[in-house]
Amino acid sequence: MSNAGTTIFILFAVIALFAAAFTVTAKSAIRAAVGLLAHIISLAALYLTLHAHLLATLQLIVYAGAVVVLFIFVIMLIGPVSEDKGTDRGLVSRALGAGAMAIVTAAIAFNIWSFAPDAPAITSCPGGANAERWTTNEQGVASVTCGEFGGVRSFGLELYREAGLPFELISILLLVAIIGAIAIGRGRSNEEVEALKARKAARLASPVVAPEPVVETESQPVGGE
Amino acid sequence: MDITLGHYLGLSAIIFGIGAIGFLTRRNILIQLMSIELMLNSVNLTLIAFNRWNPGNHAGQMFAFFVIAVAAAEAAVGLAIVIALYRLKKSVQSDHADSLKH
Repeated sequence: MSNAGTTIFILFAVIALFAAAFTVTAKSAIRAAVGLLAHIISLAALYLTLHAHLLATLQLIVYAGAVVVLFIFVIMLIGPVSEDKGTDRGLVSRALGAGAMAIVTAAIAFNIWSFAPDAPAITSCPGGANAERWTTNEQGVASVTCGEFGGVRSFGLELYREAGLPFELISILLLVAIIGAIAIGRGRSNEEVEALKARKAARLASPVVAPEPVVETESQPVGGE
Repeated sequence: MDITLGHYLGLSAIIFGIGAIGFLTRRNILIQLMSIELMLNSVNLTLIAFNRWNPGNHAGQMFAFFVIAVAAAEAAVGLAIVIALYRLKKSVQSDHADSLKH
């Protein structure tokens, strides 16, 4: 890796480490979210040094653009309750857990440091940038290493060829997550709360276990608050 | 100094450790969720670094792609649960989510 690559790696690695430490130590949740944002952006820069252009872009769009904004929305919605009060409860078990994780992490990090093969050259298309992007091998299969490694075309081609089914399953997962998030976060309207209270009171009042009377308002879901 | 695979792996191990320590020591659910995001990101860095040293295919980058998608779904559902907990307890401390205990 070139000297510029070394400089960029060290710069963004330091930023990523400090931002991560700031995220987990910040008292206020909004400051932690800003630390997470800095961490995510510096990781996107590290992805660029690893020749993963598409994933660096996705990291910025999905994490910096969606996840951090979602965090900040929730912090704004909750308000001052999101501040950390600093409790002493479970201090010993927390310290033990943190110490054990620190030891394990240090062991892994310092052992893996010496694992240092040289970076292999990334093969590119013969004939320069204007040549035909995709070549085929003897079996007639287009080579994905021909073309830009980590670029949209080569990554997308291999994604649809090798992982088409998981890709479709991910879309179902995201759909289910959207519906679940709405269902959990929606809360109950006043009418629904009243119906539930009435049902509970009726159940507590009757001494014998009887089939519950049908409460009409219960079966008609009312829209959000 | 040349940057090698070991540097990336060591960096992501340290970031994972910071995330794990944050998850274990903090009691604010929002910051615990952020620590989970830190851990997922460090794993993505590991996968992409390994893929750079094996450029014959995009297997590691594809794994990182799916991890990003699953992390987005996890963040959406997790934050919805935080809002539901806030409605119930008027708090986002994970110590206060103890309805099953009492």
